[in-house]
Amino acid sequence: MADTSGVTAELLQKKLEDELEAKTVKIEDLSGGCGQAFQAVIVSDKFAGKTLLARHRLVNAVLKEEIPKIHAWTPKCYTTEQYEALGE
Amino acid sequence: MFSRTAFSAFRPISRPSALNAVRAPAFTLPSVLHARLLSSETKAAIDKAVASAPVVLFMKGTPETPQCGFSRASIQILGLQGVDPKKFVAFNVLEDPELRQGVKEYSDWPTIPQLYLDKEFVGGCDILMSMHQNGELAKMLEEKGVLVAADQ
Repeated sequence: MADTSGVTAELLQKKLEDELEAKTVKIEDLSGGCGQAFQAVIVSDKFAGKTLLARHRLVNAVLKEEIPKIHAWTPKCYTTEQYEALGE
Repeated sequence: MFSRTAFSAFRPISRPSALNAVRAPAFTLPSVLHARLLSSETKAAIDKAVASAPVVLFMKGTPETPQCGFSRASIQILGLQGVDPKKFVAFNVLEDPELRQGVKEYSDWPTIPQLYLDKEFVGGCDILMSMHQNGELAKMLEEKGVLVAADQ
């Protein structure tokens, strides 16, 4: 068994920014170094008009190689408008 | 929460036992084989599993003893929503490597747990949690008539 998944927050961030044209990507590595647990806030206008399921599917497609290596992947997907409404 | 009867194993409703002998060696290989295609036997078995109850959860562990926090959270949400145990079946993917991998391809969803409602994929734990919080899940479960009657 490998000790680390080889997945880093930076890698996830870059892929999401590049492929989803995400304006904001906040990735938090909760794994304590093993690369198995990440929480993400993803803000992209590509999510507009899509159901939550469709948004997650978009993210899953971008991170096709990475997600299977992560045990705990918790994405939150917002459009710019929704994200601003959260008051952040 | 859910009674024992709500739980049913994948194996009994799957396929002829002769298949076990054939597929056994494959699982001694490393998980690099993730990419292999879903066999028609596995697909048929999952079709059957998905259709076995109105509410079907593929999870790690059992409803009584979940083996993962996300599976636990999903079970708790379904319990809080008041899903009728008679209309609910859980499948423990840890008991069957073929199911564990197969269901990911079947649903085109990379993680476990996975919830199906009337044979339709709803989502994983995050989606369940969001839908629980924004009221969509209650509405959906109500519409599908899978909740315990209020006067019980």
